[in-house]
Amino acid sequence: MSKNLRINSSKYIDQTNRISFIFNGKKYYGYKGDTLASSLLANDLHLVGRSFKYHRPRGIMTAGSEEPNAIVQLHKNTSRTEPNVRATEIEIYDGLEASSQNCWPSVNFDIGGINNLLSPILPAGFYYKTFMWPASFWKNYEYFIRKSAGLGKSPTKADPDIYEHKYIHCDVLVIGSGISGIMAAKTAAKNKLKTLLIEEKPNLGGSTIYQNSEYFKINNQTSSSWLEKEINEVKKIENLEIKTRTSVAASYGYNFLLARENLTDHLPIEHRKNKARHRLLKIRAKKVIFATGSIERPLIFDNNDRPGILLSSAIKRYADFFGVACGEKNILFTNNDTVYETAISLIQKGINIEAIIDNREEPDSKLLYEVEKNNIKIFKGYTIIDTSGYKRINKISIMQLSKDGQNVVGSKISLSCDCLGISGGWTPAVHLFTQSGGKLKFREEDEVFIPNIAPSNQLSVGACNGDLSLDEILINTQNSLKKFFNIKNTDYDNLEKLSSTNKSKRNIWLLPSDKVLGKTKSFVDYQNDATAKDIKLALREGFRSIEHVKRYTTTGMGTDQGKLGNMHALGIISETTGTKMGELGTTTFRPPYTPLTFGTIVGRNVGEYFDIFRKTPIHDWHVEHKAEFENVGQWKRAWYYPKKNENMYQAIQRESKAARDSAGILDASTLGKIDIQGTDASEFLNRVYTNAWSKLAVGKCRYGLMLNEDGMVYDDGVTTRLEENRYIMTTTTGGAANVIGKLEDYLQTEWPELDVYLTSVTDHFATVSVCGPNSKKIVSEVIPNLDLSDESFPHMSFKNAKIGKINCRVMRISFTGELSYEINVQANYGKSVWEKCMEAGKDFNITPYGTETMHLLRAEKGFIIVGQDTDATMTPIDLQMDWIVSKKKYDFIGKRSLYRSDTIRDDRKQLVGLLTENPNEVLEEGAQIVADINKSPIEMLGHVTSSYYSPNLKKSIALGVVRGGKNMMGQKLIIPMEKKNINVTVADPVFLDKENKRLNA
Amino acid sequence: MFVINCPYCGEREQSEFKAGGEAHIVRPKQPTELSDDEWAEYLFMRKNIKGIQFERWNHIHGCRKWFNMIRDTSNDEIKAVYKMGDEPPKI
Ligand SMILES: [Zn+2]
Repeated sequence: MSKNLRINSSKYIDQTNRISFIFNGKKYYGYKGDTLASSLLANDLHLVGRSFKYHRPRGIMTAGSEEPNAIVQLHKNTSRTEPNVRATEIEIYDGLEASSQNCWPSVNFDIGGINNLLSPILPAGFYYKTFMWPASFWKNYEYFIRKSAGLGKSPTKADPDIYEHKYIHCDVLVIGSGISGIMAAKTAAKNKLKTLLIEEKPNLGGSTIYQNSEYFKINNQTSSSWLEKEINEVKKIENLEIKTRTSVAASYGYNFLLARENLTDHLPIEHRKNKARHRLLKIRAKKVIFATGSIERPLIFDNNDRPGILLSSAIKRYADFFGVACGEKNILFTNNDTVYETAISLIQKGINIEAIIDNREEPDSKLLYEVEKNNIKIFKGYTIIDTSGYKRINKISIMQLSKDGQNVVGSKISLSCDCLGISGGWTPAVHLFTQSGGKLKFREEDEVFIPNIAPSNQLSVGACNGDLSLDEILINTQNSLKKFFNIKNTDYDNLEKLSSTNKSKRNIWLLPSDKVLGKTKSFVDYQNDATAKDIKLALREGFRSIEHVKRYTTTGMGTDQGKLGNMHALGIISETTGTKMGELGTTTFRPPYTPLTFGTIVGRNVGEYFDIFRKTPIHDWHVEHKAEFENVGQWKRAWYYPKKNENMYQAIQRESKAARDSAGILDASTLGKIDIQGTDASEFLNRVYTNAWSKLAVGKCRYGLMLNEDGMVYDDGVTTRLEENRYIMTTTTGGAANVIGKLEDYLQTEWPELDVYLTSVTDHFATVSVCGPNSKKIVSEVIPNLDLSDESFPHMSFKNAKIGKINCRVMRISFTGELSYEINVQANYGKSVWEKCMEAGKDFNITPYGTETMHLLRAEKGFIIVGQDTDATMTPIDLQMDWIVSKKKYDFIGKRSLYRSDTIRDDRKQLVGLLTENPNEVLEEGAQIVADINKSPIEMLGHVTSSYYSPNLKKSIALGVVRGGKNMMGQKLIIPMEKKNINVTVADPVFLDKENKRLNA
Repeated sequence: MFVINCPYCGEREQSEFKAGGEAHIVRPKQPTELSDDEWAEYLFMRKNIKGIQFERWNHIHGCRKWFNMIRDTSNDEIKAVYKMGDEPPKI
């Protein structure tokens, strides 16, 4: 491990800037510009991790975001720790600490490696098959599976970094800065379009920027030097913004894309302070150009996953870009011309090549002839049948392929090596293209999926469009750009080009071996350890759809989404089932293209900003008085106000008793309020509520029930006639927004002839509700000139009044069954009016109560809470609220549904009261209600919807819905609980003051 | 995420809108005179087309206006938007 495989200087590596980092506890050195992968390779270190299922040793396979194996954990046990980071993407910095995943105790000796020996009994679907039965054992299995599985460790401490979100609008977004991306960006920008160019790597230029070969030339220059000049020009264009280290994660319809701009991950940690780490870009582009390139395919043969096996293009990138040799005894294996480009680079740099295995029998290729000139042995028509070397490849076995490519013939030849470069051709990176709805077609010649139908404001250029040779890229990109922008000329119309790639390819999805398939481990998905054998097994077991095979074998389900092997999985399925690839379709590529951290997704919406919440104008008072809060919709509502040493139960018992014995005070500001005006306002209410409204006098209030068109209770509340043509409607706290939406819907679409205007005024008012026998005395002190006599101000009426100079609306309405007044004032006076009431109520032990006590008090009266005692299946008749449904009205929302065959059934679930045999036993809300405990299966009649211990009645009370409950009054039912059965009796849901005497107490 | 051209406000992000199901289903003027089946037809039956669909949308976080949209559900292309009560444009 003391070897240094840094071969020569590369202009992308700053050898004057040495950087130290820690990998698996050991210190290594690299240079500024290195990735973790390139610097490990320079240290001759290939083994970086263990595989997911078999814990096989794995090395670096690629040089990009498609990496399946070399995924590491950064900064273990710190708040910045991050799992599944691709070593091929992370740039090294001083102090970087990375470690292998999936191994214990160490990557060199991993106890889970035993799974590799057990692999005959760990086939596809193993987990599904084995751990199914007996079901009660799942708990035990799960413990062991979870312990030994998993990719890396999530952080357990709060993320110390800052993340942000930014919107970007542009005329043209170009994704990818390879040769076609640069051409596209420059053409767009030169045509005066506001252009954004995004590149996932730190530098521009894709793979062409290090294509220094004499065999690929543009205008008589190497393609790298031609592109470099182009890039220098592009960087100077003013209306062109360039974002590097930025990865497009998702591409949605209407050219809406998400990209992660990586701002600090390449900096030493001490330099990250007060800087945003990632920026999530929300991009809306008029036009999108995909120039995302292509991903080299591996080849599928036995033991194709050993450390030291890399894609041939990765070996080239490490050599040309990073100046690193991946091995000293290199062998290349191919079915196409790509490895000869790699070979020429290696020869240029003096890196030894032992041999090249080409499965084509008579490849006619300029590049190959050049390589042959260097006395490199090329085995034509051969395939690798096996490899060896546990922690690093040391040998391969090859045999000749039969004519049809389905078998191997002749004798086995062994070749030793320390690095193997493989190339199965190229797969256009169409992920983002398909994410936004683009349709693919299958190109038979080289068996690739390429873009077919795209929206008119999207274009794919270069390799991602299936143009895989330099001349095709240059010609097709330039032509496509002209059409796309509707322009006559580009800078690229008369390029002189030299391209030497021979496009022939001998594609064999699963290469044959001298062993039977069952004895091989030919990996298709490296990260999830899915082999060709697993895919064939799934097909034998009857799976046909590619989506099902994927899930059963977990192919393509790792963090890399199978960027390397998905095509081979498809190919093997196609061959085995005799289905054409084009007809098989592909699995869906889902966002994100590369994983995003949660921090990036949530941005600044963390901690108290995680979710929006609304506070009433009296909120601060509740906080000062130690209220516990509950979330109701977006509101924070005071739940109860525990006094010293009181638990929730005690607080609620005290509050409930005080409200009935003397006086209670509730912040009711959160109730929805809708101001309704217009000459047809009464008619409108007639149509939206079940009861009649025309005859409600000005100054009077009425309770209303609102249904859905299907007859089910939707919302309820009290509405007050303020003036002849003006009402104020209250809705439930959680229902306010939906109610106004629904009312607007009917007004605008069904009854546009009605002269009615709706305004949400929920936030305009604060509402202080004072209840209890002494409430009148308290309110009269707060509003001295208001006549509160029952004659002048009876129950269900309203008056305008003044508290000093403050206007207020006072409603005498009650949700508790007590005499009670609701004082509505302009929101910013809310707290002072509340405090005035508290002051005035001092002598009467005025007791602030929260939502829980409110619920208890209304339950004593049998008042429903929409959404608690109802779900979307309860009609007013089910709720025993027939009295509120007008028989006279011709129509209202939901009326017709109240006598559908289903809604008139007698055996619907109906709201009833429930009293426990033991008055001290409080039922659990949600508990099931049954009649016969011995029947099997037990018939569920309904469930408990509300349940409390009533301090005023000194017994347990509950509401519940019971099938046919209306006719079961007095009947005994059972609530079966885990440890006992509770006997209850069906009762009237009104438990207290049925005669409503307390309203006028 | 769509960009929707509200007939009252102009182009806005989809997140400002709420979809409201199939358009041009008129609430019967005399529901009480309908049979259960006829009422159920109005209440429950929707076409759910793959292709050109007429839909109702509400600019709920904007002008609060309801309007109609013609959308190709197979590729989410919005063919037209028009006000409530207007005849659907020819597409
Ligand atoms: Zn609008």
